[in-house]
This record gives sequence, C-alpha cells and structure tokens, in this order.
Amino acid sequence: MDPETLRFTKTHEWISPDGAVGISDHAQHEITDVVFVEPPAVGRSVKAGDPCAVVESVKAAFDIYAPIDGTVTAVNEEAAKNPALLNQSPYGAGWIYRLQMAAATDREKLMTHAGYKTFLAENAGSGSPL
Amino acid sequence: MTSTTLRRTPFYFLHKTKGARLVEFAGWEMPVQFEGVMAEHRAVRQRAGVFDISHMGQVWVTGPGAQETLQRLVTNDVAALAPGRGSYGLLCREDGGVIDDLYVYRLAPDRFLVVVNASRVEVDVAWMQRHRGPDTELTEQLQPAALAVQGPGAASWIGRVSKDVLELKKNGVGEFSLWGREGVVARTGYTGEDGFEIFGPAGHVFPLYESLMKDDASSEVIAAGLGARDTLRLEMGYSLYGHELDEDHSPLEANLGWAISWNKGDFLGHAALRREKAAGSRRKLLAFRLRERGVPREKCGICLGDQPVGGVTSGTFSPSLNVGIALGYVDARFVQPSLKDFTIEIHGRAVAAQRVPLPFYKKTTS
Repeated sequence: MDPETLRFTKTHEWISPDGAVGISDHAQHEITDVVFVEPPAVGRSVKAGDPCAVVESVKAAFDIYAPIDGTVTAVNEEAAKNPALLNQSPYGAGWIYRLQMAAATDREKLMTHAGYKTFLAENAGSGSPL
Repeated sequence: MTSTTLRRTPFYFLHKTKGARLVEFAGWEMPVQFEGVMAEHRAVRQRAGVFDISHMGQVWVTGPGAQETLQRLVTNDVAALAPGRGSYGLLCREDGGVIDDLYVYRLAPDRFLVVVNASRVEVDVAWMQRHRGPDTELTEQLQPAALAVQGPGAASWIGRVSKDVLELKKNGVGEFSLWGREGVVARTGYTGEDGFEIFGPAGHVFPLYESLMKDDASSEVIAAGLGARDTLRLEMGYSLYGHELDEDHSPLEANLGWAISWNKGDFLGHAALRREKAAGSRRKLLAFRLRERGVPREKCGICLGDQPVGGVTSGTFSPSLNVGIALGYVDARFVQPSLKDFTIEIHGRAVAAQRVPLPFYKKTTS
C-alpha cells in the first residue's frame, strides 16, 4: 500500500481507505523483530483507542489500539503465522486486521503520512518510542 | 525510579557510533541491541558476538587469608580450585537466601578475582567486608572494563590476539598479554557457547574492543547487546539475579544444588541449606516450553488446571527454537514427574505449557 493513502494515529497505527489496520514503519523499527501477533476477534466492535491487538518482540509486548470506532471484519492469518511480515512490509503484507468503519469521516480526522512524519520529527528523542 | 546519573562503560561512545540502542540496566547505560536481538542471538549461536560486560563487579580478594575468607563466604569449594581455574558459586545469607551468584577465579594461591552482578556490587562488597577474615584484602577493580566474546568463532578470533589463551580449558583462567597489555582471560560465559571473558582496567581492555569493531568487515564477531545476552542465557536455563535469584529464594529452590559444596566445611548459609535439603524445598524452579503461540513474560501466572501454582520469573521467545520459553517457581506440591501439562496466563489467556528439562536449547553437532 502506498503510505500516502493511509491515515495515522499518534500511537503509530495506520488505517487504509478500505479499513485495513497495521503499524507504521517507525513502529516496526522501534519494536524490532516481531515474533508474535495477536489480532482481535472477528466481529468484535471497538472504540477508537481500545487496545485490540498485541504485537510482541523478543523483549516486550506492545498494545495496538483501534484507530477509530468500528467492527473487526477480518484478520491477517498470514501475519499471525509469519509475524516478521510486520517488519518486512508494514504497509503491505504486514497488515493486522480489517475494520468496518463506523463512519469513514473518522478516518479523515487522523494524520496524513506527511502529518505523521512531522509528528515523529517533533517527538524525536522524547525517549518514549511507543 | 528517580533519575540519577547513569554510569557509562569505557565503550559507551563506541556503542553509540555502532548505532546501539541504550537502556538503563542496574544503574548503567548499556546497549540492549545493535542490529537486533534476533540477529545478534543467531550470530552468537553460529559465529561469534562480543558483549560489553564492564558493568559487572570485579572484586579482587587477595592475601594469605583470601582462601579462608572466600571459603566461608561462597557455596563452592574454593580450596579445591587450583590456580588457573574458576568456578560458579553463590553468596548466601545465614538463612540460605541468595545475596548474589558469582564466579570465583583463582589466579594465584593468594589472589582471587570474584566477578559479581552489576546490580549487587555494593551489597556484595559490604557483605564480604563484614565477613572478611584476617590477612585478606578486598579491592574493587579501578576503572573496570570487561568483554565477553562468545560463539563457535570466539576461539579463532581471540587466537589472533594471543595463541596462549587457546590453551585455556573450560573454566580456565589466566593473565595474558593482549596487544601488549595485561588482562585476565577466562574461558567462561553466559550463553552456552564456547567463549572467553576478558577483565581488566579500561586502558587494557579498550584496544581489544576497538580492534574488534574495526575488524567487522569480516563480520567474524559482531557487537551484541543485553537483549541477546538474555535470550541466550534463558535458552540455556541459566539464572539471572533479580529474576530467578534473590534473597527470598535459596539455591536449592533454583536447582543450583550442584554449586554447593556440602563437605568443604562450614560456610554462610550452610546449616540452613542443609536443613532445607533434608526437609525439601517449598518451591522449585521449573522450565516450560509453550505448546501454542505466545510469549511468556516475567510475572505471568502458572496454573495446573484451574489451580494457580506459581509464577514466571523469566520468559521470552526463543530465537533458536522459535517458541515461547519460560522459567518460573512452582509450589513444590505440584512438582512431580507425572505433572507436565501446565498453563501460563498470557494477556488473560491460559496458554498450554509443557514442563521440560533444561537446557531448552541443545547444540547440534554439525
């Protein structure tokens, strides 16, 4: 996926126009080697900011938050089987789950790729990557 | 935790130029990883990696009374150590609680180097001073620096610096000239691989690391951080102070009975440990391998059916085995050979975990 089409959260998730959700390239770099992905249950309804997936590296577990309100319609079984996809292709094969958006306009309120990059630059060196 | 100035090892700026990610560890600013934990872990298993272990305490115990002092302090038999040999042991309280785990190296009849955990140096030295016998001096190494070069390629690398070092057998130790400077080299480690640990003042050890880092085009030895050090030791089932070991746990509970010399004579903790040995321990450290996907972490609950029976002290994803592994204490009533199928609570989910013998990882001879 072209990151320019994605919208980003301050907690480093992205969501595509068709509702796919993943973690940013910055996030995968900070988390380092992803060894485990626990996606949410299909059918679960989530509110923006709900922790709904877990991504783990060798060293630590990271909660992945819902970017907007919606219902989980699919999960990426390939990424669950091969978690390294999140590192190799954070904006493509490494998506985690798909959301039926409660309102597509919610997505528009999130940061664009350019806005997210500015956000990262402003917060660089804050010592709290995720 | 209040923010205090973190100590830096002599290699701090070299780590920074290598792109290390630095974290606080026991009051030190240490590299947790360079390239990545997985890559560094595999490099150590397949080739070689070098760890900065300058944060570890180096305590010299010297003088005509040094052997007697140590013999009373530690659980292992120091009198049985010939000069040029090292051995693992524990520093215990009178009640058997573990103050620290350590390595005692005998360099000469009346000269020992004791290497202790960074997090315990102050406590250890205070305890050792309190129980120091006559004619014994305790000296902390000034400007300490230390490196661990670990992996099947470690010997060929260090052989280029000093052929004499290759004469060392496992647990052997000696003083060698490396780049023309004296250093203590021991054939020991914390990874389960062949390797060497090099101790000395910063000025002596620094040129070695510098040369290693310059040589990296051959990528014979890569820089590795505390992250890989932890996954490597855990695959072997080695205890880490503050996790498996503390003052509330005894060496017997931690399955370290092999590091206790029962017949060497009295030592601190001897009576209490003897009583525990006779009566049986209240809990035991067990090893678990997950049957399902997931990564167990410290403090995850351990259950047998619906019954909580213990807790995880260290857990990780094993880079060599591609599965979650854990160590944890279990109530001794549930430690029976027939009981193998436990569960570990991970993110509120009971994940099937099998009790397994240690080590988790066994080297396949290729």
